[in-house]
Amino acid sequence: MVIATTDCLLRMYDDRHELEDYQGGVPRWCTGCGDNAILAAVQRLCRDENLRPEKTVFVSGIGCSSRFPHYMRTYGFHGIHGRALPVAEGIKMARPDLNVFVNTGDGDCCSIGAGHWIHAVRYNMNMTVMLHDNQIYGLTKMQASPTSPRGLRSNTTPHGAYLEALQPLTVTLGVQNVSFVAQAVDWIPDVLYDILSAAFHHKGFSFVRIIQRCPEWLPTMWEPWLHDPERVVLLSHERGLKIAADIAKIYRNRLQHDPVNLNGAREIASRLDPIPVGILYRNPDVPCYEELRHAGRLRPPQLIKAGLETEFDKFTIWPDEKHSRASPRTTRSADDGLLIS
Amino acid sequence: MTNATTLKRPPTAPPARSAATENAVTTLKEHVVEIVSDSGEGAQRCGQSFGAIAAKMGNGVWTVEIIPAEIRPPARSVAGASGNRIRLGARRVSNGGDEANLVVAFNEQVLLGRVRAGELEADCIILLESMWREHSNAEIAASYMQAYDGLVKAGYRVYEIPMERECLKVVADTRRGKNMFALGMLCNLYSLDLQLAREQIALTFGKKDASVVRSNIMLLEAGYDWAAANLDFRFKIPAEQAKEPQIVVNGNMAMALGILASGMEVCAMYPITPATSASHYLSEVFEKVGGIVHQAEDEIAACAFAIGASYAGKCAVTITSGPGYSLKQEAIGLAVMGEIPLVVVNVQRGGPSTGLPTKAEQGDLLTAIFGSHGDAPKVVLAPSTIEDCFYSIITARRIAETFNMVVVVLSDANLATSQQPFRRPQFSDAWLAPPIDQSAVPDGWKPYDWHANSGIFRRFVPGQPGGMHTLTGLAHDASSHVAYDPEINQHSIRSRSLKLAALQKTLKPPPVFGAASGDLLVIGWGSTRGAIEEAVASLQADDHKVSSLHLTLLQPMPGGIKEILRGFKQFLAIEANWSDTVQEKLVDEANRRYSALATLLRSRYLVDIDCWSEVRGQPIKPGTIRRVILEKLCRH
Repeated sequence: MVIATTDCLLRMYDDRHELEDYQGGVPRWCTGCGDNAILAAVQRLCRDENLRPEKTVFVSGIGCSSRFPHYMRTYGFHGIHGRALPVAEGIKMARPDLNVFVNTGDGDCCSIGAGHWIHAVRYNMNMTVMLHDNQIYGLTKMQASPTSPRGLRSNTTPHGAYLEALQPLTVTLGVQNVSFVAQAVDWIPDVLYDILSAAFHHKGFSFVRIIQRCPEWLPTMWEPWLHDPERVVLLSHERGLKIAADIAKIYRNRLQHDPVNLNGAREIASRLDPIPVGILYRNPDVPCYEELRHAGRLRPPQLIKAGLETEFDKFTIWPDEKHSRASPRTTRSADDGLLIS
Repeated sequence: MTNATTLKRPPTAPPARSAATENAVTTLKEHVVEIVSDSGEGAQRCGQSFGAIAAKMGNGVWTVEIIPAEIRPPARSVAGASGNRIRLGARRVSNGGDEANLVVAFNEQVLLGRVRAGELEADCIILLESMWREHSNAEIAASYMQAYDGLVKAGYRVYEIPMERECLKVVADTRRGKNMFALGMLCNLYSLDLQLAREQIALTFGKKDASVVRSNIMLLEAGYDWAAANLDFRFKIPAEQAKEPQIVVNGNMAMALGILASGMEVCAMYPITPATSASHYLSEVFEKVGGIVHQAEDEIAACAFAIGASYAGKCAVTITSGPGYSLKQEAIGLAVMGEIPLVVVNVQRGGPSTGLPTKAEQGDLLTAIFGSHGDAPKVVLAPSTIEDCFYSIITARRIAETFNMVVVVLSDANLATSQQPFRRPQFSDAWLAPPIDQSAVPDGWKPYDWHANSGIFRRFVPGQPGGMHTLTGLAHDASSHVAYDPEINQHSIRSRSLKLAALQKTLKPPPVFGAASGDLLVIGWGSTRGAIEEAVASLQADDHKVSSLHLTLLQPMPGGIKEILRGFKQFLAIEANWSDTVQEKLVDEANRRYSALATLLRSRYLVDIDCWSEVRGQPIKPGTIRRVILEKLCRH
């Protein structure tokens, strides 16, 4: 891997970025879509952190929210449905020097990509994951998603959704190696920003569920919460979110919660109303998979050549018997047990 | 249980069980030896060690694993035969050969499995563990005696060997060690160097306690001495010493070495038979040179992970077999659409569905070329030898990065588990992937600046200032902007297709094996090369005007094939996948399903190419091919 160190040093001083430096095409989301709020918060974050656009990658799957990378002026990867996380993991493994963000929807992450989600938590690779959870399939025009509340009428559940909604926070907090879980709502942008900032600064897999309004298919779903600040409970703590004075004035329903407390986090995660907003769990000591695997090491050709010659030696038959003390090894075989699938 | 009446062969030679005599040594050009046991009794280790020792003595060797599809099939079961087939030759051996000439069996049931599969020649020598004759379970003793009598009556030369009794003189637990006794017998019978065998054991058990090595060597020597004292025949297969250093590995290990040598950094995989052993070996060695084997949570994730790693860095590889290859299709389509270099190895097995997990088939050729929805042009290579397995990965990586394409490498269970010595490769810097480009992208360059004639472009990698864009699986223009415009879609699909034509222009015509003209051209691809060429060579020696053509690049096919076809009157594709035969009542030219390669060749060259294929899960034998070719020649 070649990282232009000198380039980094030269650019350090004149490399201030403005918001426009992160703004890609004009978003084609609906007016009032929560994705717009997330985009604004993320662009602000990139500017405030002065992220180099060329060193930053936004990865997404398929769905309304997965158009996100197109609206950033960084590198972006708009892949296939459900697979944003494994793509992002491959990127991070090959290039730990890159800032990796993932934008995924409730269908993308919690349905078709659910297997990857569980394992991504366990890998704990250093990336910031935004779950844009609007509880509905939008791009395919209003089908129930795994996070749709029971009883929700949609095109595939005309008599109401049959099952209880899956709770992304409790699922994530139940996975071994979980290291950062937070919840935000799109209608409190300053808190959304603070949470995304904390997520970005956490080293590990930062999972932020963002409850997001869909003005097209579920225009009134969150109205009661929107108009009643008491139906949001802000999680605050000196090790968690610090609530600004103006926010504190409006959202007076608050809970002191120390994000090191995993059991407390799980208990809070199971509360649905009022909506807990803030950092539920943070553990900076969980090892990152890319570090366990020593990603990003330099691989000079001499190293590869030496390794290869060592391996060749193990299996070589020399024409001159004098050399011959290395010989082919026995390969693994059914005698050692084969995994058949 | 055993039914001796199923053994059809007439009695010929009486069973020999003689005392030691002045043993005449018979010199042979080649022999096929099998050793079979219950799973876990070590027949595979015995067979592979035997092959390795013979190879060190300079013999040509091809070893094939005999693998039951279960980890622990019931003991003494016909379907549970586990072991190894070793074909030894005076010169280079290119395939597993025909029926076995000598079999060592640890019980009569696994032996019957091989007999019923037709794997033994008519007067095959059988060295059979005799302990079952006096087994306390009367049913077992009876079944042994019934099988023994049947085998003798059928004409096999059966020697009863008291392996258990002899091994008990050396060790307490014969399940760990009878295989080395058998190895000792084989070394004696085939005049192999006992010292080389001792060294082989030291190497095999080197990681274990010294006492393990010692007791195994004692067993080896016991077997050697017992055979010397009690068996009245000896073979010698004179070896032509290779003049250059040779490597002995199986196809999967050769592929893993190829990954190492290609400079790729990431291999993402999910366990699946028969591909996984490549990842086992790679996991041992890749990290030493800075590489990473990632065992993903599923096949799709493995492919997506490799795609992510390729996108942001050097070309990556994912390894799988049939079912896993099916699962990866959508992700492969994404790599095609985003024009991300990617190497996908498919070690084919019997299909469809779970099929024959441990058995060989060439059933995935059309899927490899045409798989994934929409127009998804990919490059498809198929190694035809163990040596090819090594080099094909290096070639695949280079093509993938030069053309920003997906390159599929089609190996199969036959190559995966077979060993054959090949010339030790000479390392070249050109094998390695170049460093990742992190230079600034010049103003005005677009992420998909498709060349007007070739479709080739320079891809931008994250980290390159000025190259920021969002790669997308949606239809897109040269700037990677989502575009549903008819002209743009037409143009971008054309550009991706043209890359195959551009690659094809760089390829040399494949060589013809034999004369450039004749009555019949046999055409094959992949692992069948050795068997086809052996059969064709034997027919050429009998003055038949037969040649063969073997393809290792299936998509695109190299130029010059049309000209080659002009030299022949008839054509026969031979491969290990399905084709209907015209002898079927309902099959005629209007509905006949041709084998995969025949289908491709017929459509491309408009030539009436016939096919013969089978899906028995076993490597096609040279003798079978010879018979098929003769039948084809006789029909006309």
